[in-house]
Parts: sequence; C-alpha cells; structure tokens
Amino acid sequence: MILTNIESVPGMTITAQFGLVTGSTVRAKNAIKDFGAGLKNMIGGELKSYTELLTEARKEAIARMEQQAYRMGANAVINVRLATSSVTAGAAEVYAYGTAVTVKPKG
Amino acid sequence: MGDLLFLIIVLGITFMTGSIIEKRHFEKIKKREIALIKKPIINFGAKTWNTNRKIKKIELVTGECVISGDYFKNFVASLKNIFGGRLTTFESILDRGRREAILRMREKAIGANFIINTRIESIMINDTYNPQESVPQCAIIAYGTAITYE
Repeated sequence: MILTNIESVPGMTITAQFGLVTGSTVRAKNAIKDFGAGLKNMIGGELKSYTELLTEARKEAIARMEQQAYRMGANAVINVRLATSSVTAGAAEVYAYGTAVTVKPKG
Repeated sequence: MGDLLFLIIVLGITFMTGSIIEKRHFEKIKKREIALIKKPIINFGAKTWNTNRKIKKIELVTGECVISGDYFKNFVASLKNIFGGRLTTFESILDRGRREAILRMREKAIGANFIINTRIESIMINDTYNPQESVPQCAIIAYGTAITYE
C-alpha cells in the first residue's frame, strides 16, 4: 500500500478512484503512566509515555484506513490527512483519512 | 504563610528543573538540526511533484512529540495573562515540540531525497474541564511524503 499526502503518486498514473477511506482510534495509557506524566508535568519536558501513545494511535489509525482501502481493492491512498482531537485528559484520538485509488507505473 | 512558602519552594524547584530540561533539549535539537543539514532532505510545500527521474520509494513519514510545560512557566503565563502581551514561556514550549516532531520525521526519512507537503498538526491535550489551572501539554504530529530516487 502506497500512502502519500499529495494529490498524486509521483511516477505513477491513477487508473481508478474509490472515494474516501478513513480510520480512527482513541487510546489511553494506564493510570500508573498517567500519574508519572502528571509528575513530569510539574517539572517540564517531554512526556515520553504520551508520545508513545500518540505513535501507537497514529499507527493504528493508518492501519485501519489501509485495511479499508485494501478491502475496496485499492493499492494506494492519496491525500492522506492526520487529524487529532482531545477527548479527555490522558487520551488521544487520531483520525486518518484519504482517497483510495489504484495506481500503475507510468509507461 | 506556610502555603506561600510552599508555593515559593515549588516555583523555585520547577524553575530550576524546567530551565535545565529546556536548555538541554534546545542543545540536542540544534545538534540534530545541524547534523541533518548535510543530508539531502528538503522539506517542501509542493502539492504535486513532476519529475523525469525514476522513483524507487514513496512513503508517508510521520514524527510525534508530546511536550509539557512546567509549573513555573504556567504561573508566569497566568500572571502575564492579566496584562496581555507575548507569553514567552509558552512560545518556547511550542517551538521545542514542533522542532522535535519535524526532526523525528526527517530522521525517519534519512535516505530519502525529498519530503514534500509537510504538515504539522498540533493539539492541546491537557485537562479539558479545567484548562485555566492545568499545565499545558501539547501533542504535535508532523507528516509528509518522502520521495526516494533510484
């Protein structure tokens, strides 16, 4: 599966379009890590456990989007956008969306 | 009186830790940015990409970072909020977070020739019920399309 966040796949031509595919996930860390992050919050710096959380959420959202595109019979997703929103403290939502297409190499 | 003393002690400690962490982080960021200058990666805002060269690999690269302020910074900002003006303490947090996220994205695409259409998504993930009181936490995702030529 080829993913791009531009309007085409460079070096390839689009042969069919399948419309919008989306994937979203809401994830949270456990209470112990939340407590640790709360302490880190006081002294400042990067919250590594939340960065990990965001990475996991992003991977899962993209994987779900890919799965949807795969079921449609597409082999690429173009114009991918990632959006995030805060649901509650200590949780992260990542939403990935794009256009599923089939591409083939030029020439 | 005891409360005031406690507040002063907490402010003093968080000022120390916050500024040390920030200084170290900025040093690290600068070092990594200088190391990446020599790599053939450029961040572009282009939406389309026309080239005659053969393309080996196209992929979506991302970089994440969740950065937090400290108690002292929050205190200073809440005081400054009364009079208005630049909240310099928060500016540095967001600057650090964005640069870190972009660096992580670029480091993932170390062999690529270009990263085009880089976008940065940021969001505050602190306590939504009590945003005035809580220390700001900012989650940042940077993403773009990495292109590698043959």
